[in-house]
Amino acid sequence: MANHNSHAHDEHESHGSLKSYVIGFVLSIVLTILPIVVVMNDMMDKTPTIIFILIMAVLQFVIQLFFFMHLREDKKPRYNVMALIFGLVILVTIIAGSIWIMTYNAVG
Amino acid sequence: MAHTAAPHGGHGPNDHGHHDDHHDHESIKVLGFWMFLITDVILFGTLFATFSVLHNSTNGGPTPHEMFEMPGVIAETFILLTSSFTSGLAVLFMHKGNKKGLIGWLIVTALLGASFIFLEVSEFLKMVDEGVKISTSGYWSSFFTLVGTHGLHVSVGLVWMIALMIQIGKRGINPVTKRKVTIISLYWHFLDVVWIFVLTVVYLMGVM
Amino acid sequence: MFKDFMDFMLNDFFITGDPLILGAQVSIGLSMVAIVIALTYFKKWRWLWTEWLTTVDHKKIGIMYVIAALLMLFRGGVDALLIRTQLALPNLEFLHAGHYNAIFTTHGVIMILFMAMPLMFGLFNIVVPLQIGARDVAYPYLNSLSFWLFFFGAMLFNVSFVIGGSPDAGWLAYPPLSELSGSPGLGQDFYIWGIQISGIGSLASGINFVVTILKMRAPGMKLMQMPMFTWSVLSSSITIMFAFPILTVTLFLLFIDRYLGAHFFTLDGGGNPMMYINLIWMWGHPEVYIVILPAFGVFSDVVSTFSKKKLFGYKSMVFALMSISFFSFFTWAHHFFTMGSGADVNAFFAITTMLIAIPTGVKVFNWLFTMFRGRITFTQPMLWTLAFIPCFVVGGMTGVMLSVAPADFQFHNSYFLIAHFHQVLIGGVVFGYFAGLYYWWPKMFGFKLHDGLGKWAFWLWNIGFYVCFMPQYALGLMGMTRRFNEYNFDMGWQPLNVVSTIGAFIMGLAFIFQVWQIAHSIKFLKKEKSGDAWGDGRTLEWSIPSPAPMYNFARLPEVSSSDAWWEEKQRLANGGEPKPLAPLEPIHMPRNSGIPFIMSVFFFIAGFGFVWHWTWMLVPGLIGVGCCLLARSFDYDTDYYIPVDEIERTEAALKGVR
Repeated sequence: MANHNSHAHDEHESHGSLKSYVIGFVLSIVLTILPIVVVMNDMMDKTPTIIFILIMAVLQFVIQLFFFMHLREDKKPRYNVMALIFGLVILVTIIAGSIWIMTYNAVG
Repeated sequence: MAHTAAPHGGHGPNDHGHHDDHHDHESIKVLGFWMFLITDVILFGTLFATFSVLHNSTNGGPTPHEMFEMPGVIAETFILLTSSFTSGLAVLFMHKGNKKGLIGWLIVTALLGASFIFLEVSEFLKMVDEGVKISTSGYWSSFFTLVGTHGLHVSVGLVWMIALMIQIGKRGINPVTKRKVTIISLYWHFLDVVWIFVLTVVYLMGVM
Repeated sequence: MFKDFMDFMLNDFFITGDPLILGAQVSIGLSMVAIVIALTYFKKWRWLWTEWLTTVDHKKIGIMYVIAALLMLFRGGVDALLIRTQLALPNLEFLHAGHYNAIFTTHGVIMILFMAMPLMFGLFNIVVPLQIGARDVAYPYLNSLSFWLFFFGAMLFNVSFVIGGSPDAGWLAYPPLSELSGSPGLGQDFYIWGIQISGIGSLASGINFVVTILKMRAPGMKLMQMPMFTWSVLSSSITIMFAFPILTVTLFLLFIDRYLGAHFFTLDGGGNPMMYINLIWMWGHPEVYIVILPAFGVFSDVVSTFSKKKLFGYKSMVFALMSISFFSFFTWAHHFFTMGSGADVNAFFAITTMLIAIPTGVKVFNWLFTMFRGRITFTQPMLWTLAFIPCFVVGGMTGVMLSVAPADFQFHNSYFLIAHFHQVLIGGVVFGYFAGLYYWWPKMFGFKLHDGLGKWAFWLWNIGFYVCFMPQYALGLMGMTRRFNEYNFDMGWQPLNVVSTIGAFIMGLAFIFQVWQIAHSIKFLKKEKSGDAWGDGRTLEWSIPSPAPMYNFARLPEVSSSDAWWEEKQRLANGGEPKPLAPLEPIHMPRNSGIPFIMSVFFFIAGFGFVWHWTWMLVPGLIGVGCCLLARSFDYDTDYYIPVDEIERTEAALKGVR
């Protein structure tokens, strides 16, 4: 039914291509292997390792958002992008805020 | 700031026929699912916050360093990552109108998801066997809750995916089933992203 | 066997041995029997099912929310009167300590979660689609599910009063008191599941209204042309979306502690009770803004309607609403300054708390400037708005006093705090929703509420409010702390407590006047002839008949300015030509569905099973929920078209009342 839908807005629906999926997949694998190798072989000190593996995770998040979830290919205005950005701000607040406040009340 | 809602806004008042009406409906549902996923981000964020605060609360009991067995976890990671990729392939075939390819890749995705759950459950059972339970200490409470909530999400996704395959088998590819596949693939990619953070924050930082 | 069963029923299942609760059990039983008999006698079961229980119409769902909220206002109000009676005199033995704990706990939970929230969702449902020129919300089926989840969650919570035992660990259930070690009874489990089930519904509603407002507006209506109430709903719904998942997780963790013996918030096993307080206020603080923001929206619409002027400072109002919903996520720690989080944490959260007062102040000036040189008519909604402004300003100022962290060490958990939050919640939220109810009542039902009785209720509410809560500021400074069920003569608190109790009963009297007002207005019903009941309506909801037909708008309006209906009336009054009517088209509508109701019943069953640790009950409940989800997924016949001739017939019938 939708195949013979010729309206203009159908074109920029979130399709993606095989190429984008393969690039995303390869990048994800690299970004997963790197932190595992670094941690399992004790290649760095503790703090740099934590920073490094967190950066790798965030990068992979970005890769999947763009190559798998096609964040940018939705119609404008991109309310999902706006909501996601706000959500990430709240997410960081929850985690960083909890850790900050609870350092004064640590148990164990 | 000032964007017009028309002509995509809601039940079409405009001169599109019923068909387009339907199309708008489906795109609104995809947006709603994005919103749901973002609330799920907050849900996992709260669990991660709890985990981070309690990450030293082993109460003198077993530590993650002693308990984690990385080979299994690494296998789980690559299985889930591959299933995220195959669910993308399913969407690709759907847009080509290839029903067999769509169902085929969905089956592959579901099988990979099922083996992920199998590995996770056996990991949990082994831990319980070795004497680590949800009631062992604050650390293990938050570990089982965080990782278990992710596993529960994957399991729900599996049931949903099977229901969806039956519907596609019966009804073929139409705007409604298309929207449903789009949504479940978003869900699946999202769960993969959450797992990457579980791997990083729970497992990799745990064995460091 | 039978004896065991009876033993269980009388000793564990039902609460026995308290005359107050026995009275409640008897009256609940009798009224349930009466409802069943009445429905059977008048043959209304089918009507109830097809018209109400399965409806997906936002207007009917809104009415059900309002009815449920008013019932809950009654229950929460009775709780309040019991509290005030106990505190009227020193060493009174009206309620024993355990019962007193249960009553202040249920009073708080019911008023915030089962009164303010549903009243708010009721107004959302009734007003938003009409204001933005839509035929329903974005997800009508989900909307119905939200309502029934709220309803059965509220029922599960309320049933604890007569079955199993009420929660008694305070409205936010701080551990370790709310843990198994502190509350071994079932009350706390009722608390967890009652709130959890209705919370899922609230979260879904939040998503629903965000998408409705973003995507369902009438053609041409830009965001910056939306009525202010719709803006306030958007800001409130966004806040719901980001705050409620935190509540879900927090309660879930407490549940795991109690059910599986985990150690999140316990004192032993490496748990940390402070983490619960940190998490619950990450939801709890945004929650108070969730309920107050729509009240701000109501006041904005009411003020401009009854001053016959455009709202002053539209853009600054939008900015204020949105920045409040953003900043509400950065102030939570001010609820536990005394926890000992160090000077930097306390300083940060004190400053953010003071900052959030700024956009609120902006709004007050906007309302004042809207009234300035306006032609004000003193209708009931306008009276509530006028009473709100001074009340909220005082409540807000005492809030700023509380935000000063060092001073808070004195105010914390004293009656000063109690007076402060009742002043912003009654003076802000309750007055706001009353203003909204009186304002949109003719749109909901097609008749106005009696003016004279309404004014009696208004003055009694206001006098009662100040008599009740002003003394509590002083009591707080005199050292009276919250949640004490008795005090000694030598504390010197008696005179002010007597005054406060008198004030509470004046508010109770005011509520009776409102019930009388509604009954009187129904009995001597004067049907509204015009859809524009106040004559000064500015926004789209006043352009259609009251009550609105099922599809709201026969033709979707084209909007090119804010205050669209007012502009159109002005244009016609200045001799403009009526716009040519476009031909009618079939209207796409969602079908009614029984699944939301049935699924919520299964949620109730599962929740009840979890409370009692009855696996035989919770497993079927959860399976039922899953089956309902699947049944919906396999249902492809979810909507239909209303044919043109049916629309024509409906419109012709409505001509008389237009």
